[in-house]
Amino acid sequence: MTDTTAPLPPTEIAPAPRASGLAEFWHYFSQNKGAVLGLFVLAIVVLIALLAPWIAPYDPTLQFKEALLRPPVWQQGGSWEFVLGTDAVGRDMLSRLMHGARFSLIIGVIVVALSLLGGITLGLLAGYFRGWVDVVIMRVMDIILAFPSLLLALVLVAVLGPGLVNAMLAIAIVLQPHFARLVRAAVMAEKNREYVTSAKLAGASHVRLMLMTILPNCLAPLIVQATLSFSGAILEAAALGFLGLGAQPPTPEWGTMLATAREFIQRAPWVVTLPGLCILVTVLAINLIGDGLRDALDPKLKRS
Amino acid sequence: MFKFILQRLGLIIPTLIGITICTFGFVRLIPGDPILALAGERGVSAERYAELVVKYGFDKPLYEQYFAYLGQLLTGNFGDSLATHRPVLEEFAKLFPATIELSIFALILAVAIGIPAGIFAAVKRGSWIDQGLMGTALVGYSMPIFWWGLLLIILFSVTLGWTPVSGRIGLQFFLKPITGFMTIDSILYGNWAALGSALRSLILPAIVLGTIPLAVIARQTRSAMLEVMGEDYVRTARAKGLSGRRVIGLHALRNALIPVVTTIGLQIGVLMGGAILTETIFSWPGIGRWLVDSIYKRDYAVVQNGLLLVSLIVMGVNLIVDLLYAAINPRIRVQ
Repeated sequence: MTDTTAPLPPTEIAPAPRASGLAEFWHYFSQNKGAVLGLFVLAIVVLIALLAPWIAPYDPTLQFKEALLRPPVWQQGGSWEFVLGTDAVGRDMLSRLMHGARFSLIIGVIVVALSLLGGITLGLLAGYFRGWVDVVIMRVMDIILAFPSLLLALVLVAVLGPGLVNAMLAIAIVLQPHFARLVRAAVMAEKNREYVTSAKLAGASHVRLMLMTILPNCLAPLIVQATLSFSGAILEAAALGFLGLGAQPPTPEWGTMLATAREFIQRAPWVVTLPGLCILVTVLAINLIGDGLRDALDPKLKRS
Repeated sequence: MFKFILQRLGLIIPTLIGITICTFGFVRLIPGDPILALAGERGVSAERYAELVVKYGFDKPLYEQYFAYLGQLLTGNFGDSLATHRPVLEEFAKLFPATIELSIFALILAVAIGIPAGIFAAVKRGSWIDQGLMGTALVGYSMPIFWWGLLLIILFSVTLGWTPVSGRIGLQFFLKPITGFMTIDSILYGNWAALGSALRSLILPAIVLGTIPLAVIARQTRSAMLEVMGEDYVRTARAKGLSGRRVIGLHALRNALIPVVTTIGLQIGVLMGGAILTETIFSWPGIGRWLVDSIYKRDYAVVQNGLLLVSLIVMGVNLIVDLLYAAINPRIRVQ
């Protein structure tokens, strides 16, 4: 049953940052209540991350030897001194979680930037030139996709050595084929459109055709994929941290915090529940935004 | 169909070669001395070192080393573990049933709940049921499963004491493996207490491993159903006056399930990745934990060819899914 009162979906994807395009985008995006909620939550997380050094009550690595495993304020034995309690070596949980937001968001941003850069370059080359360039690039992407992503990231980190930088690099490598495939498909669809031919006839170079003419018209699916990869990267980095191969202690990264918290599961459940909750809320907020973006940017999938 | 199968196999061969190049190359990227890493030895004498160089073929040109590696693989020689000195393939075969058993239960759970939930959400589209189900699915999809596992352990194992914290079966049971599947073995032995214990051990890890596939399947089923329900033939069926249940069950569902089958197939890779985390949390003696332990122990022979074996299996399953897909959807074959 199609809803006849809803406005007709636009016939083309609106990529340009024109004021009207932006307004139209916001119109569709804001209809999805979940997406707006996600944006709101993410904004709070970003604020906390930016302001962490000033709003966190303590230094995230400072150990209070007399206050080990202090419960949060709402539990018996808790106090306002340590609102969310302390961990096994007496570090303030709230301060660590606030600083953890910085790591997770930075990880997400860097990984997405790296995989976007790699994926766009390879996808453009493959889709634009086709032929052997295409075959070689896409076969390599197939190979990367043939490995389960977490396993490949794990092995890459094992080879490169554990640590946050290597973990980000490994995750970027694992995520990047999705972008390459997407860009390649979009480029192939756009390449023979009339506006590209006319730009070519006007004497535009290969680089100009690829970057200035074709790429802006492939942006919509890329934005959606980038959002999903952003949350995926945060999850995978946390998983690597949890396995002891990502960020190393005493870094207040949420996944790493969970790894060291496992043994206190019975005595001090808050050490386990809080970092995971932070991961879940952040990832959920980003995925809500992703769903909203997909609905707003892709007319084909738009709920009528 | 035969041509299609040949085509698919043809596509897989370059990928297979690429994968072996990756696993071959990765040992040579290990920082420090790859020979010592492979031998698992340190501070060896010059003679022993020269011996090792010859043993691992590092004195030969790179392409010859690669073909030697490929030759070994083709004869089923996947090297020996540095830690146990047993063939990698043998250890893999011993642990693999545990991972399969866990994955199958996780997948059954995901399909048995995910598909009905997706259908229900699509039928009740826009209602609070739809929003609740899809909201839950998105939470599941966003779940850090290693944390989810710890939460379930806190609730069901520590607080309620219903399920064991780790392992495949209670320590009081010892079953000599027949199939390697704990549930099937205990049925074959007629040991019902063991079966109960095995199922209790299985339930939490299966929930944890099945969570993300469940969410993905529910979301995919819903959108596939919505798409199909807008099609002309469904409208025709409705116009003919067929009951809503019949239209959904017979006309819509059959067609909606086709893309869902592909989604289920794609979850195999997700399951293998998830198994690493799930098996680590629950001390489940399967492939995932074996690989993680080998990374900790720097047992590069296991890491190298374990990775290879897992990706071979994922590729094999994906191939089967592709062929099944072509079998139920003739349009694919023509393309």
